[in-house]
Amino acid sequence: MRKMLAAVSRVLSGASQKPKCDLHRLEEGPPVTTVLTREDGLKYYRMMQTVRRMELKADQLYKQKIIRGFCHLCDGQEACCVGLEAGINPTDHLITAYRAHGFTFTRGLSVREILAELTGRKGGCAKGKGGSMHMYAKNFYGGNGIVGAQVPLGAGIALACKYNGKDEVCLTLYGDGAANQGQIFEAYNMAALWKLPCIFICENNRYGMGTSVERAAASTDYYKRGDFIPGLRVDGMDILCVREATRFAAAYCRSGKGPILMELQTYRYHGHSMSDPGVSYRTREEIQEVRSKSDPIMLLKDRMVNSNLASVEELKEIDVEVRKEIEDAAQFATADPEPPLEELGYHIYSSDPPFEVRGANQWIKFKSVS
Amino acid sequence: MAAVSGLVRRPLREVSGLLKRRFHWTAPAALQVTVRDAINQGMDEELERDEKVFLLGEEVAQYDGAYKVSRGLWKKYGDKRIIDTPISEMGFAGIAVGAAMAGLRPICEFMTFNFSMQAIDQVINSAAKTYYMSGGLQPVPIVFRGPNGASAGVAAQHSQCFAAWYGHCPGLKVVSPWNSEDAKGLIKSAIRDNNPVVVLENELMYGVPFEFPPEAQSKDFLIPIGKAKIERQGTHITVVSHSRPVGHCLEAAAVLSKEGVECEVINMRTIRPMDMETIEASVMKTNHLVTVEGGWPQFGVGAEICARIMEGPAFNFLDAPAVRVTGADVPMPYAKILEDNSIPQVKDIIFAIKKTLNI
Repeated sequence: MRKMLAAVSRVLSGASQKPKCDLHRLEEGPPVTTVLTREDGLKYYRMMQTVRRMELKADQLYKQKIIRGFCHLCDGQEACCVGLEAGINPTDHLITAYRAHGFTFTRGLSVREILAELTGRKGGCAKGKGGSMHMYAKNFYGGNGIVGAQVPLGAGIALACKYNGKDEVCLTLYGDGAANQGQIFEAYNMAALWKLPCIFICENNRYGMGTSVERAAASTDYYKRGDFIPGLRVDGMDILCVREATRFAAAYCRSGKGPILMELQTYRYHGHSMSDPGVSYRTREEIQEVRSKSDPIMLLKDRMVNSNLASVEELKEIDVEVRKEIEDAAQFATADPEPPLEELGYHIYSSDPPFEVRGANQWIKFKSVS
Repeated sequence: MAAVSGLVRRPLREVSGLLKRRFHWTAPAALQVTVRDAINQGMDEELERDEKVFLLGEEVAQYDGAYKVSRGLWKKYGDKRIIDTPISEMGFAGIAVGAAMAGLRPICEFMTFNFSMQAIDQVINSAAKTYYMSGGLQPVPIVFRGPNGASAGVAAQHSQCFAAWYGHCPGLKVVSPWNSEDAKGLIKSAIRDNNPVVVLENELMYGVPFEFPPEAQSKDFLIPIGKAKIERQGTHITVVSHSRPVGHCLEAAAVLSKEGVECEVINMRTIRPMDMETIEASVMKTNHLVTVEGGWPQFGVGAEICARIMEGPAFNFLDAPAVRVTGADVPMPYAKILEDNSIPQVKDIIFAIKKTLNI
């Protein structure tokens, strides 16, 4: 039965219609219809489910004290990272702040490497040197701990894209809290002045830590805050909306018109970080309402099942596979040894001959290798 | 036919003989280059050598540089390589760091390092720490340069020395040129270095000419980062300094030489990584140490040198405690008499040396 379904569905693809995005200084927005192929649908489903389960596993490991320090989870926001990736090429660039595990995965790293970095092991993507907020991959510049600092960095990466003349764009993400940082407006100014191929993306999950958008911003129309930069506001819980908007924004930038701003309206189920239960500044009812009405994975699943792109059983099978992948990764992340102490001084400088680094007192010395 | 060619050939021989007798060769006058021109040359050569190198900052392009250090570069390289920025230090420093992460080799100019405080998060958290935090995946090949420390009459907010602040941070390299040779060799090394390098220039030195040795005139002239230079050999006392005060130390040494005291003057050239070996070897020879810097005394460069001397082999060779000469522990005043007494003068250095030597 499934094979027959598969054969038929490969030819079928689902069409989807959505209301128009709110636009700022734009005559037209992204298309309101798109085509979702079965192949893409399954891919997006698997990716979102992987991010979801990875974040929940991180929650578990944190409560077991196997992950330490800061841990900012993005469950609820899966349509953003998966949708953005679907709208760009692997040769494009992306930078975000500290709620970065989802992007680290969509930009190409494995769950193993990500979880092992969270648990601080040598198999982590940064060899255990960075932790939750400092993961890097090809064309992915972290993972940045200082709120807002990543935005000028992203504009700089866009400058490099323009300098190199290769039609690449840089997605530069920040949250609703960071949107009030002065350096972001400095970056807007220079990006517009120099027509940098930078897509500024505000991931608005309604709360900057414990402060709601109404209490932090004189204007909560984040897509308009770029003033002279055209903007659009997008439903960040619908992966196809995100994908189409990203394609639209990327085409805009690639045409040499300069920067553009996208606001993704989304929601995080967890608190700001693992030390925040997330219910002192918002109600459980609100969280539950989003879960039941706007969960991104549920929305995609319903759409695929209703269009006969996949069966419920098929998607359940993917769930099982994903769970196994996460379990294996967590096993690895818990069993892998910590980085060797001898390497404490490594990676201070790039491309340099080895030298000595001082430890806690003058007799303790560590070798530093590039 | 043969007769004609004979006619032609003989006068030529006579003429060439004439040429040999009339023209003779004199040695060229020693080449004098100002620190400003040396930095300009260094940047020009590196811009030409590698098209990934570019310069950005306030007034660097069409104004030829606030202090004319980048004179002529915009005319030669154009808008793509020499970029005038708005007055947005945090923004443009971040943009420069991002460009470096994406593979370009930016030179980010701060009009003075006082303004770098606006951007210091980008220098430290985005540039200096990234290679380490990424486990060696993400290098940041960037140069931050500009005038540092006291100028003349520019008062408190425009006179701070940042050698100690930047020198404090692992992941950064920090250099402090004194003369033209230093300026050219160090800026070239900084640009070719794959790490974030802070180049602390000095506005009062920009216009000062120095003799440029032949090797400094080469397009591949580099001064290694992390190596100090002994500017003057001596036997009685080691005097360690960086930037403009090196000149004052040499003046003090000249005065003292007439009194029979021979100072060994070391030009640090690099603040981080500090060349302790050269300093230690010198102290083990002279048994006395005075450090001289323009910055404030607390937690300064001299304080670090003294601490390290105590921890190393040179301590047992000291015949007297090591002594520091620094800027006065006040925000820089404006009135000339006050400003003059807020920075180390030659007489202050001489006094400190004599005190150390107990003479």
